[in-house]
Amino acid sequence: MPEFWSEFLQPPWNIVAAGGVAALLLFSFIGGSTFFAIWAERKVSGRIQDRLGPTRVGPFGLLQSLADGIKLISKEDHAPLGADRFLFKLAPYLAFCASFIGFLALPFGQNLVAQELNVAAFFMLAVLSSEVFGVVLAGYASGSKWSLFGGVREAAQVVSYEVPRAMCVVVPICVAGTLNLNIIGSQQVGWFWNWNLFHDPFTFVAFFVFFICATASCKRAPFDLAEAESELVAGFLTEYSGIRWSYFFLAEYGSMFAVSGLASLLFLGGWHTGVLPFEPTAQFGFWVGSLLNAAVFIGKCWMLVLLMMWLRWSLPRLRIDQVMMTCLQYFLPISCVLLVGVCLWQLLVPSSAAMVVTYVLAFGWTGFLAVVFLSVLRTPAGSDAARGELPGAWHDQRTPADVKPN
Amino acid sequence: MTLPVVLFAVVATITAVSALGVVLAKNIVRMAVWLLFTLIGVSLLYFLLGAEFAGTVQLIVYVGGTLILIVFGVMLTAQGPLRELRTRPAEWVIGGIVGALLFGLLVTASYQIALPPASADNTLPGPGPLGLTFLGVTDVSPNTNVTGVPDSATITRKPVAYLLPFEIVSVHLLVVLVGAAYLARAKRRVKA
Repeated sequence: MPEFWSEFLQPPWNIVAAGGVAALLLFSFIGGSTFFAIWAERKVSGRIQDRLGPTRVGPFGLLQSLADGIKLISKEDHAPLGADRFLFKLAPYLAFCASFIGFLALPFGQNLVAQELNVAAFFMLAVLSSEVFGVVLAGYASGSKWSLFGGVREAAQVVSYEVPRAMCVVVPICVAGTLNLNIIGSQQVGWFWNWNLFHDPFTFVAFFVFFICATASCKRAPFDLAEAESELVAGFLTEYSGIRWSYFFLAEYGSMFAVSGLASLLFLGGWHTGVLPFEPTAQFGFWVGSLLNAAVFIGKCWMLVLLMMWLRWSLPRLRIDQVMMTCLQYFLPISCVLLVGVCLWQLLVPSSAAMVVTYVLAFGWTGFLAVVFLSVLRTPAGSDAARGELPGAWHDQRTPADVKPN
Repeated sequence: MTLPVVLFAVVATITAVSALGVVLAKNIVRMAVWLLFTLIGVSLLYFLLGAEFAGTVQLIVYVGGTLILIVFGVMLTAQGPLRELRTRPAEWVIGGIVGALLFGLLVTASYQIALPPASADNTLPGPGPLGLTFLGVTDVSPNTNVTGVPDSATITRKPVAYLLPFEIVSVHLLVVLVGAAYLARAKRRVKA
């Protein structure tokens, strides 16, 4: 926002100030979300595995990431003897820069973007796909076979998954008619059936394919072949320790939030709640509206990131040939069909029929989600058993805990 | 010294220094890393010029695609003589002469290009007009004179659609890919 700063500073210093403030805000957003995402990852994994997760450091273990950070900073910054030291030290920063620069074009609200680009969606794809360079270099420069295997796997996996991911991004762009993410977000104003997700069956399927491909290109489980600890020690991370290791994690969580932001802008209505039939910045003024927009947008990012965590701790890791087969034999043809299908839909289907399909998709999907969430609240079967008794057919038998040892 | 000039100086220096690094480095992976900085610098120059589409294409094609493949290939194959490249003096001389000639040609050519006229509303066209030009749709009321093409009054032929040549080149690439896959396939033994 150079216009805002021009009240206080002469050009060109207003542009410099706007750029500096934007970079600082984005960096603190990435750092802050990584801080809480690592805590959430431990807590989510703990709860899924019937554990408590971190509880000791701070309330609910919230400061666990701080303790981890202090540990990582104070660790020895060590490079192995056979490593290419220059590339070994450079690689984490390359990975982090790629995921950081992706945020430059990501609008957090109406006009709330560091640099509005005409080709923002394309730019994000380009920048996020170059994150793999840091990982491949780390694998090569470590001078270790495990790292090299991890790097090679990562390169093969990410370069393959880029293709269906990019084609799935083109599907909502065909609907929107622009590559500018700010305009794509503004087009989905109003009720939730205006979201691109519900535009037609092809965009609906494209969201799920995009999300799976994005998970794979963030090298998250079940696609974390590059650091598969059961076969490759820790893959490309094997020789890293201390602050450089944590830069890789900053990059990973940064790109998770970046692809989640891209998914919510392209498919899930961006910064719109879906239940307010107006643009918040137009109704409440720029500052209050932007605050609401940014909160909604970051909330949507967090929902998708939590979904990625849920997947990670629920699904077993794929084998590398299964990962490549999933991409080349399934996602690539599916995304080609989606691309052709959405073009034909735009050309051939009359608008009244398209409206009916939109309402069916929107209300069907929200109804399905509502049923799923309500079923969680239902009383579990057998919870009517009295304390000390087994449920169901065993109700007259005593639990082993109550059997007194003779 | 305005801000764009300062930024241009910084980016151009980084690009030139890392281009020198590509030439002077001995290790082939380090060359690839220097090339990475050169290509990023070139794409930053495009962004400074306001050519966002060209800059992004530079990033996705060269940084995200070509360089990854170079490093990938080097990691799998770098053994012995290929990993450490030694340059002989004769190669330095020939390379230097070719480089100097190319540099001179570019300098003379760039001094002969006139400045483009400033557009009326001081905005840059997005990727939309570019895509329409591909389809043969011409702008009937451009907000600035287009450089490099003859005046519209003298044009007698119909506007050219570039989509067909573009598709032919793409299909050609596909043929190359299929050929490469055919050559590199696992050889099956003929049953006796």
